Formats: sequence, structure tokens, C-alpha cells
Amino acid sequence: MAGSPGILLRGRHRVDGKLLFDVELDIPAGRWTCLLGKSGVGKSTILRLILGLDTGGDFSGAFHATDDAPLDGRISYMAQSDLLLPWLSVLENVCIGARLRGQNPGLARAERLLDRVGLSRHAAQKPGTLSGGMRQRAALARTLFEDRPIVFLDEPFSALDAGTRADMQELAAEVLVGRTVLLVTHDPAEAARLADQITVLTGEGARNWPVPVTPPLRAINAPETLACQAQLLDYLRGRKACA
Amino acid sequence: MRLRDILLALLIGVGLWQLLVVITDAPHFILPSPWRVAQAAWRSRAIIAENAWVTLTEVLLGLLVGTVLGALTAIQLAYSRTAERLVLPILVFTQAVPVFALAPLLTLWFGYGMGSKIVMAVLIIYFPVTSAFHDGLVRIDSGYRDLSISMSANRWNFLRHIQIPNALPSLGTGLRLAAVYAPIGAVIGEWVGASRGLGYLMLLANGRAKIDLMFASLIVLACLTVVLHILVGLLATQLTRYARGISIT
Repeated sequence: MAGSPGILLRGRHRVDGKLLFDVELDIPAGRWTCLLGKSGVGKSTILRLILGLDTGGDFSGAFHATDDAPLDGRISYMAQSDLLLPWLSVLENVCIGARLRGQNPGLARAERLLDRVGLSRHAAQKPGTLSGGMRQRAALARTLFEDRPIVFLDEPFSALDAGTRADMQELAAEVLVGRTVLLVTHDPAEAARLADQITVLTGEGARNWPVPVTPPLRAINAPETLACQAQLLDYLRGRKACA
Repeated sequence: MRLRDILLALLIGVGLWQLLVVITDAPHFILPSPWRVAQAAWRSRAIIAENAWVTLTEVLLGLLVGTVLGALTAIQLAYSRTAERLVLPILVFTQAVPVFALAPLLTLWFGYGMGSKIVMAVLIIYFPVTSAFHDGLVRIDSGYRDLSISMSANRWNFLRHIQIPNALPSLGTGLRLAAVYAPIGAVIGEWVGASRGLGYLMLLANGRAKIDLMFASLIVLACLTVVLHILVGLLATQLTRYARGISIT
């Protein structure tokens, strides 16, 4: 997508007066940034902060888009839970954003997006009848329906089985190409496959991790993917200094 | 609840009643036998039906108006934080006043006709409906709220498209309670002052020592309440099925 801006964030975040993180984060335009770190280090908080959601703490600092235009209305969001509304059909779920804004739902575009994620045959079904993977594909179609240049993904594939997760990673990489993507993940393998930039968040700050020289989407079993994954895992387990 | 279970429970109840009559050897003007009550019910079927219709009308209108008012209040409370802050404590406080104590006042204000009984039924079900529905409206997965904010949703559309459908099972819970409470409200209203209705008929029969007719009226009232409870229960089940995305039967 042309014109996807990057995001710069500098600042510190405190929860109940205690410092959660003090970071300088540079999310490059039109690329995939994978944000890794241990649980509770504040990965999702960064994402929520930029989205304008409640973080339960105080942030002192600033963030802005690299094109200096406001970020409001330019970020779409996909969470770990698919958040599909059980009483609506899959198609109606895809275009729920338009309804929530009081706009025309644009069903034809929603149908095309469902086709793109391979769910056109299930458009009329209720989410409860779909498998976990299909539900996440529907959630991805809903994210695409927003048609925004920046996409925030908060561990969207972590609840899926390994095979479905790999499929979803490939689908997401394909359909989100050209957008600025921030993926919060616990999974070094996911980061090694998808990232243009890997940022590891610790209590001391955010640091960029060297990514394989091959472009994403990388093969799961490619030596450079496996090596990156192993080194990241070692680092996250505290067995290796930052590369 | 299957029909077989209901009939069995009914049979056991009638059996125990008959047993009590036999054991205590109570005179029929104190505790009439089931058979005597059945005879009285058949003899007075026209007058019972006429008065049952009045009570049923009061209950249904009370249920309808109380549900609409309760649901609208709950929506208003969920929509406006100010309303929630100001009105909710008042609503809770009003529950400290026994609605039954208001019955004479309502009769004074709305007369001896149906009006005062409908208002009584409305008052008695208003709070359970408001409380249950409001609880459902505000108790929502925070993820939906986050998603809506990220989608630049406006507050009303979030309420309309997400909060209200999501809270329909809670509204169903409130309706189930209301179906049980509404007849109580109507009958108490009739006891305080009325010239028609099952509550009135019970008082009349009691005054004339026609205890069998009083029992018959009471049983008809109980049957009306049970049928209403079952029908409202079916409606509540459909609301839950809708909210969970299960096809409505």
C-alpha cells in the first residue's frame, strides 16, 4: 500500500509509579516489525498506547507517524481473540467497522476480501460454526476491510495449532504487503519468518535484533530462519547476550 | 422441564394435599380436598375465567410496559456515564421501599380499575429488568471495546451493534424474573382495592367462607404464572440463542 507511514515512539511508561519501560522505538514504513519480549515487559502496552486504548498506566513521551499526519483512523487492529460477533454472519462481521462508524457496509468489498482469505463459501455462516483458523482468517478479512495503512497485530496467531498458524502467517504476509505492520509475538519462529525488523523489548529498553538477510516470508526450515529463531530463543531465555 | 416431569410433580402435589386432608381431618372450610376444589372450579368456571382474564390482562400489560421502560432505562444508563452515576444509586435506593406498601397509594392515585394494578406490576418488574439488562450491557469483553475504538466507532453505534445484542441473554434473565413478579404485583393491587380479578375473587370467596373457590382461584393464578413463566422462558432462550449465533428454533 502506497503511503504507509512509519511510527516513532520515545518515552517511558509507568504503572502505579513503577517504570514498565523506557524505549525508543522506530517502526519502519511499509515493513513488518515484530516486537518480542518476555510476558509483562510491555509489548502489548506499546501497541495499545499508540492505538489510544487504555493502558492502565502513565506514559510520558511522544509518538507520531513519520509523515507527521495524525495516526487517528490510520491503524487497524487484530487481537489474539478473533472478537467476531457471534450473532452476525461472517460477511457481516467483516464489515462491522463500517456499521460502527454509521457508514454503508460495502458488502461487495467484504465479499471480495472473504474470497481473498478463502472464506467466500462460509460468508453466510455464523462464526460459531467455523474452526479457530477460519475464525482468524475472518478476523484478518475484517482487518483488511478497514483498509488502513498501518496494521497492529497483537499475537493474533498464538492460539492456533502449528499448521494453521504457519498458514495464517503466510496469508497475513501476502495480504498485508506494503503496509506498516507491528506484530506483537511471543514466538521467535514467527518473528524469524515474518520480520523485516525484529525488536526485542526488555526492562532496559528496545533493541533491534539482526534479521536474516533473505526477505520475508522465509521458509520455516530455511537455515537462516532456524538460526535466527534459535538465537532469539536463547536470548529470551537469558542464555545469550544481545547479538 | 419435560411434560412428563410436570405431570408427575403435579400428581405428587395433589397426592400430598389429599394426604394432609385425610391425616388432619380438617373441615372443608379450612382445608378443602382437591376433589372439592375441582368441583368448585368447575361450578364457578365462568366467574373464574372472567376474573382470570382481567388479571392476565393486567399482568401482560404490566410486563410489556415494565419491560420496555426497564430496557430503555438500562440502555440510557449504559449510554450515559452521568446518568449511570446519578440514576443508579436512586434506583437502588428505591428498592428499599417495599412496593407492596405503595399499593394503597397507587389505588388512590390510579383508581380501583386496571390502571393501579398495571402500575403495581410495572413497578415490581421495572428494577429486575433494568438491573439485569444494564448488567449485561456493561459486562462486555473489553476486547470488543478496544476493537470498536480502533475502528473509530461512535458510542451509539457501539451500543446498538455490539452492547445490546450481546446483552440479550441478560435481558432474558430479567424477563424470567419479571414473569414471576408481575402476577404478584397485579394480585396485591387487587387485594388492596378492586372489583375484578383473581385477587379480588380470592378475597370475596374468603369473606364468604367459600374456601374451595378461593383455592380454585389460587390454583388458576398459579397456572397462569407457570404458563407465563414457560412462555417467557422460551422467549429468553431464543434471545440467548440469537446472541450466541445459534439458529432460532
